[in-house]
Amino acid sequence: MTAAAQGRVIGRPRPTGAVLREGLGVIWRGVRQQPRWFSVAVVGSVLWAAATVATAWAIGHVTETVVTPAVTEGRWTWAGLGTIVWVLMAVLAVNVTGVVLRRVSATIAGFNLQAIYRRRVTRQYLRLPLSWHHAHPSGQLLSNAHADIEATWQVFNPLPMAIGVIFMLLIAGVQMVLVDWFLTLIALLVFPALFAANVVFQRVMSPKITRAQQLRAEVAEVAHESFEAGLVVKAMGREQEETERFGKVTHELRDSLVDVGRTRGTFEPVIEGIPTLGTLAVLAVGTAQVAAGALTAADVVQMAYLFSILAFPVRALGWVLAEIPRSVVGHRRVAAVLQATGSMEHGAATVPGDGPAEPAVREVHYSYVDRPEREVLGAAPTPSRDGTDPYTGMLADLERTPAIRGVSLQVPAGSTSALVGPTGSGKSTLAGLVLRLVDPDSGQVTLDGIDLRQVRQGELPDVATLVAQQTFMFDDTVRGNVTLGTDRTDEEVWEALRIAQADDFVRQLPQGLDTRVGERGGTLSGGQRQRIALARAIVRRPRLLVLDDATSAVDPAVEQQILAALREARSGTTVLVVAYRIATITLAGHVIYLEHGRVVDQGGHEELLARCQGYADLVHAYAREAAERAAVNAAEEDR
Amino acid sequence: MTGGAEATAAGVSSSIGGSQELSTPAILRRGFELSPELRKGLLGTVLLALVATGGKVLIPFLVQQTTDHGIRAEGGPDVRFVLIAVLLAAGAVVVTSVAQFLVNVRLFRSAESGLATLRLKAFRRIHDLSVLTQSTERRGALVARVTNDVDTISMFVQFGGLMLLVSTAQIVVATGLMVFYSPLLAGVVYLCLLPLALLVRQFQPVLGRAYGAVRARVGDMLGAISESIVGAVTIRAYGVEERTTRRVDEAIEAHRRAAIGAQFRSVMAFSSGQAFAGVTTAVVLAVGTVFAVQGWVTLGELLAFLFLVNLFTQPVLMATEILNELQNAVAGWRRVIGVVDTPADVSDPGPEGVTLSRGPITVQFEDVAYAYPGGDRVLEDVDLVIPPRSRVAVVGETGSGKTTLAKLLTRLMDPVAGRVLLDGVDLRQVTFDSLRRRVVMVPQEGFLFDQSLRENIRFGRPTATDEDVELAVTELGLDAWITGLPHGLDTQVGQRGESLSAGERQLVAIARAYLADPDLLVLDEATSAVDPATEVRIQRALEGLTRGRTSVAIAHRLSTAEAADFVVVVDQGRIVEVGPHRDLVGRDGVYRRMHASWASQQGAEVT
Repeated sequence: MTAAAQGRVIGRPRPTGAVLREGLGVIWRGVRQQPRWFSVAVVGSVLWAAATVATAWAIGHVTETVVTPAVTEGRWTWAGLGTIVWVLMAVLAVNVTGVVLRRVSATIAGFNLQAIYRRRVTRQYLRLPLSWHHAHPSGQLLSNAHADIEATWQVFNPLPMAIGVIFMLLIAGVQMVLVDWFLTLIALLVFPALFAANVVFQRVMSPKITRAQQLRAEVAEVAHESFEAGLVVKAMGREQEETERFGKVTHELRDSLVDVGRTRGTFEPVIEGIPTLGTLAVLAVGTAQVAAGALTAADVVQMAYLFSILAFPVRALGWVLAEIPRSVVGHRRVAAVLQATGSMEHGAATVPGDGPAEPAVREVHYSYVDRPEREVLGAAPTPSRDGTDPYTGMLADLERTPAIRGVSLQVPAGSTSALVGPTGSGKSTLAGLVLRLVDPDSGQVTLDGIDLRQVRQGELPDVATLVAQQTFMFDDTVRGNVTLGTDRTDEEVWEALRIAQADDFVRQLPQGLDTRVGERGGTLSGGQRQRIALARAIVRRPRLLVLDDATSAVDPAVEQQILAALREARSGTTVLVVAYRIATITLAGHVIYLEHGRVVDQGGHEELLARCQGYADLVHAYAREAAERAAVNAAEEDR
Repeated sequence: MTGGAEATAAGVSSSIGGSQELSTPAILRRGFELSPELRKGLLGTVLLALVATGGKVLIPFLVQQTTDHGIRAEGGPDVRFVLIAVLLAAGAVVVTSVAQFLVNVRLFRSAESGLATLRLKAFRRIHDLSVLTQSTERRGALVARVTNDVDTISMFVQFGGLMLLVSTAQIVVATGLMVFYSPLLAGVVYLCLLPLALLVRQFQPVLGRAYGAVRARVGDMLGAISESIVGAVTIRAYGVEERTTRRVDEAIEAHRRAAIGAQFRSVMAFSSGQAFAGVTTAVVLAVGTVFAVQGWVTLGELLAFLFLVNLFTQPVLMATEILNELQNAVAGWRRVIGVVDTPADVSDPGPEGVTLSRGPITVQFEDVAYAYPGGDRVLEDVDLVIPPRSRVAVVGETGSGKTTLAKLLTRLMDPVAGRVLLDGVDLRQVTFDSLRRRVVMVPQEGFLFDQSLRENIRFGRPTATDEDVELAVTELGLDAWITGLPHGLDTQVGQRGESLSAGERQLVAIARAYLADPDLLVLDEATSAVDPATEVRIQRALEGLTRGRTSVAIAHRLSTAEAADFVVVVDQGRIVEVGPHRDLVGRDGVYRRMHASWASQQGAEVT
């Protein structure tokens, strides 16, 4: 383990007792959100505690009033036996009821909290901007939604029992004080000792748990990435290297968990031993007092007895204390996601009208953030006092790579325009800006003259739709992937599929529209996925349709059919298409040529060919290549 | 032929097993077999645990002795006796604590080591499974198999298993003591607890199913949540946040219900144990009273016996609890073992396999057919010879079977009939190591890792130096692109390479393959998102690469076909035409039609 890695994970040292306080804060937060179930659990726990104390009393009572007299008199009665069973059963019933109430409600409260936080965290995932997603690996986020939330609320399992134990301690404490205050004082010395042990424990444990949770997330991250890369790993035969990479984090996690185990393994016997030593101290001092005539033997025995019934349950307090660092760390990591800001702000404007929309871009700059190190959840201090957002505050210091450098353009309503440019020239970024997947650093993006930032939430996707380069399929049916839950008739779906040239193969699928496509559409080919994604956009009848090289996996003939069908069916749509194929470009009335994030030229295809060298080179590359090849072949044949 | 039987089996089923059919003991046995560390030093740990448990029984006993014979001694308290007993007990506390500490540390170490081994085995197996099997399982769920499912086992192997042993020992000791005090009452105790044993037996499968359901729901939940993360762009572009939220909420709710359901059953099992234990105490006291009156036991023996009953029922309760936990662990184990024991339908022949020497390579398809499990044949009657040093283009419509051909050629899948030969050797007999050294495929969507460009290119040949990587980039004519990036080759590409455009990702994938320097290069639409000028440049560089090598390119852009030595035309799962571009374009066939359509799109100047 490198020092850098450790420093990265641990974060700031915290003052003594802070972890415990923070832990109690987390618990209180949970209690406030599940007051009913928590109360039932506490009632159950109190019943259990009372019944536990009462059991010892009941056995003593029936022994004294029924068993001993019977044996002394040499005769037993059914009534006597009845009393024994009746009394013990009554106490037992209370005990069992208490345990069931306590455990069941604690379970419900704990899982309810987990569910509540999972819902919150996933809502955050859906709300936060794409730039935030880029800075957080998917595997980590998955781990956050599962393992971190579980870690946060695990403490609710032992918690009610511990509260019951505190109740027992109170009963026992009162009884002890009634017997003898001096002995009680000695007995109570146990508590400062327990507290001291706990403070040491929390201090040692917290950084270790932080590290373990982080490594847990990293294991998930490597696994997630590696499985997503499954095909490449196999095609390149890198299974062994990948296993080694996974092995490295797995072994780090193992060492870290063993380390956690060592601390916990030390703490538990200490916490269990301290009360027992207390009992022994009471016995020793008590005996001396009896010998001195200050106490009766019976008092000391009762005292020792009271103490000994507590010996086992007191462990429950230890369990809660042992869970607290994990809970705190889990909560910090979850809070880091819940408190992340930087979501897109939306206005209240609508984009009225139903004809083709007119997108425009004015003096727009956009740059990507270079991310030398990725953020570790919960390790960074949570929002600062001056109200600046730690996330965006961090961004300001980082280098940024410009992708769009001062682009202004206007796409005429109802036109079909092509966005052309070399690989990496900013075409996809521009497409994303036009649809407000990201906001520009400066400048303005408008639709029908309305600044996209002023459009109210949910409005834009109804008006403008993107078919991305890389399609994403949901683990749903074909129909579900086309409609995405909106209300569309089968006719509309088929019509969209027809325009996307997908109707034939969908008809051949085993269950037609109701065929499940598997996760990420795994059962379909790349070209099939693209066509369904296209249908998904078409079915919404958008007023602006942006195709970002959306037919790259479809063969040219089919692409032509798609574009022809689209033109036929969509007179009310402005189409912006990112393309390389000359056939696609020539379909567009207007061509925008990009290079290095700048618009170099725009106009008709023929115009650009005539006056823009870069453009001509790009679109004629194949033809030139073919011509050269033909020339070479001809030369070879001549020889 | 080694792979034949497995290849046929693959046609029947190709999904990850759940090892549902295995019984709990079989799962445990297999679990321990897979993680030998769990057994390492177990004897010592058990002995230490017995010491610790002995101490825990001894201490209350000593306390009782102290009160009975010290404080309540006849003729006033015996201070000396009390002191000795207290010191003894304190010593016992120290010994017990130390023993317990050692037990804890040893268990944590063996448990975590064992589970790390299990994680690794499962991880490796997932990569060894065929592409087909991998795609049947959702990634989120696969990740769960090496993370949460394994974590589920940890509780049990950390102390549950050991406590079960210790509890059993305690039950045996307590039984011995009970029989020693009163065989009759011991019989009563066993009679009372017999129904519990039967009940626990009944409960185990119920709990097993309940916990199994929880594991499955965790997988579903992670799958749903991962969609909300990985599908971020699509979800935003279509404004379907609400619907996604609903789907995720459903999965979260299903998990919550399953988890509470399983826990509820577990609480019921434990509480019935508790009830039986309580009833046993009452019955022993009642029956014991009768026995004492009859003179079969003394009052003292009866009271001492009550203490023993407690000593007996405690481990019984503990065991019930642990058996519940065991079912939870088994549910996790079952899923992990399910992965580890799923046969890889495309497997490495191992040490018996053939290692081919490097150099020009010949590929031969002999009457090859392929069908996805439960589906019709997507490829049939494929007979094809690809001579060494040739450049082959495979063309055909979407869905004609081109990619299947590539996958068979690189042995990502095995044919259901016929064979694919490499230098005359059946692919199934070639060791993976040798195969991947000689044959490399660049898929359409070349996955990038969240690392620098340099590291991503180096993925093609991990031993490559920085100079090798730079040279590859230069030879491919990509240096202009690289220098335009903020940190050159050290630019981080982001998750899945998302900081780059799709075209740029393809450039990296090609550089990767170029660096790997195989004898046979298979390009599956590897430049589909690259601009034409760059593509032409790369094509030339690859020709440099493929000179002396064999290359197979699957392409939509027929410029690739024009440049190839010969073209293979696939139509509806069959090879319909083979020959050089010049010949095929003159023949009245599928290729001529395709080419005409393509050429018309390129503008007049091509023809």
